[in-house]
Amino acid sequence: MSRFSVGGMIELTGLTKRYGEKVAVNNLTFGVRPGIVTGFLGPNGAGKSTTMRMILGLDRPTAGDVRIDGKHYDQLKDPLTYIGALLEAKAWHGGRSAYNHLLCLAQSNGIPGSRVREVLDTVGLTAVAKKKTKGFSMGMGQRLGIAGALLGDPRILMFDEPVNGLDPEGIHWIRNLMKSLAAQGRTVFVSSHLMSEMALTADHLVVIGQGRLLADTSMPDFIARNSRAYVRIRTPQRERLLDVLHEAGITAVENGNGTLEVDGGKSEQIGELAARHQVVLHELSPQQASLEEAFMQLTAESVEYHAHTEAPTRPPQQRQQQWGADWKRS
Amino acid sequence: MSTPQPPMPQTAAPNWQAAPGPAHPTYTSPIPVVRTNLGHALASEWTKIRSVRSTMWTLGVFVLLVVGIGLAAAALVAANTDEGNVSDETALGFGFFGLLLGSICIITLGVLTTASEYGTGMIRTTMTACPSRGRVLTAKAIVFFAVAFVVTLASAVLVALADVAMVDAREPSGGEWLKGTVGVSVYIALLGLLSLVVGSIIRHSAGAITIMIGVLLAPLVIAMFMFSESLRGLQQALIEYSIPNQLSVFYTQSLTESGPTGWDPLWIMLGVTAAVFAGALALLEKRDV
Repeated sequence: MSRFSVGGMIELTGLTKRYGEKVAVNNLTFGVRPGIVTGFLGPNGAGKSTTMRMILGLDRPTAGDVRIDGKHYDQLKDPLTYIGALLEAKAWHGGRSAYNHLLCLAQSNGIPGSRVREVLDTVGLTAVAKKKTKGFSMGMGQRLGIAGALLGDPRILMFDEPVNGLDPEGIHWIRNLMKSLAAQGRTVFVSSHLMSEMALTADHLVVIGQGRLLADTSMPDFIARNSRAYVRIRTPQRERLLDVLHEAGITAVENGNGTLEVDGGKSEQIGELAARHQVVLHELSPQQASLEEAFMQLTAESVEYHAHTEAPTRPPQQRQQQWGADWKRS
Repeated sequence: MSTPQPPMPQTAAPNWQAAPGPAHPTYTSPIPVVRTNLGHALASEWTKIRSVRSTMWTLGVFVLLVVGIGLAAAALVAANTDEGNVSDETALGFGFFGLLLGSICIITLGVLTTASEYGTGMIRTTMTACPSRGRVLTAKAIVFFAVAFVVTLASAVLVALADVAMVDAREPSGGEWLKGTVGVSVYIALLGLLSLVVGSIIRHSAGAITIMIGVLLAPLVIAMFMFSESLRGLQQALIEYSIPNQLSVFYTQSLTESGPTGWDPLWIMLGVTAAVFAGALALLEKRDV
């Protein structure tokens, strides 16, 4: 029987973490499934790392629960062969060599020492295995962290911002690594603050902002919903063009800075219409709203919402004025 | 979705590299699943303590101080007493000064064993690999205590043998030998263990080392400024129960009327360390890593 035939589920239910007044993670409920790469997306400070630390039992939740195949992390008898995690860059003693760092991890879980050399080879650090990790570059540090995650050949892998500090070749490598790990039937949960990165690797997407769940959707769904195609038009004969478009049954929306926008990829049709009616066009360009924009819009809303609920009586503008005044006086 | 597969194909070369390859709907790891125990944590902590240079440095300086000062003190006395110096005390006492200074090294190493993991972020890796926090602290305590005890005992025995041979003084009895070597070594190792536990509570190397050096020296310094007659009792207690004075008790066979005598310092240090250890365990369970 395969070890991975069942299991590999991470389940969060109402997970909440407060630091004093500040709510870092707010009532998160979602699941992470095996066999796919699940992207965990949010701006800096959204609570991604805190959530990951709670999954690993490092931080205790204020409320709610997180279980791995029905167990709390500290109930796992073989944690490293169950979950491998890359948490923060350089979470080790700089005076220790890469080999010894991995060796002490392997020993703590009864993993054979031969495995240390294998993962060092996998991440391409064999040549510097005996060197102190103090001198490692950011990218080498990430590779060592990934080696630590792979050490137990676990069924679940968690990576917190794995592409940070990696060069293009390294980024390409980690993308393929994550995809192949998922293809082997493992659970891969990877956080990032870069939508573009997630669009390339993740099959499923969990978006949080201000500690709240904003989206829990498959990647194709997210792209279909959020990557809007439209045509941008600039013309000195605005009224005339609007009439022409209206007659043709095309709705154009005026965009504040004197441009018109038409949903969909109808640039040819519009160009031909304009030519037929002799309307001068200064610009006719097909546009694609980027996923990055969609993501920023999604998270910006959460920030706005958050501010309003906290201070409903006091508009934020007024507050800013006071800050400015204080600054001038001092 | 599970297809029956031969269990644990140890010999078959597995796809370690996790390189882009054919998708396996079910995946069999060749790594045996082990239920981890304290033995694994001990092996891990032993690797940690021996693989950083600060261990070698602090222990090296410790041995240098203990052996160097211990031998120098005895040599100085031996050279300056021509006539038979009929002293009540044995030559074992010359080991005292070296150990007192050397204890700062043991304090430093003890604190670094725990606190440095918080400074580097290693603690997160450690606690992920071994989620049983009590087991981590216990393993650290056992490994550190063993290292500190063995190194102190080796240095103390070396100094004691040399000093007794060099200085013409009363021959120590069996009990005095035991106290002056094994006794002080357990005491110093316990002092280091206390530092390790304080390091786990404070989570900051410099802060914890400062606190421990304060514990070592402050009672004597404070007692120096207690001129008032009404404080005489407190002053006396501070001096008698200060760590340097307790350490010197291991070299005297005389029983004083007040203050610790005989093996008392060991029991005091054992009690204090156990109490602080329990507190550190409780805090470790409660706090976030």
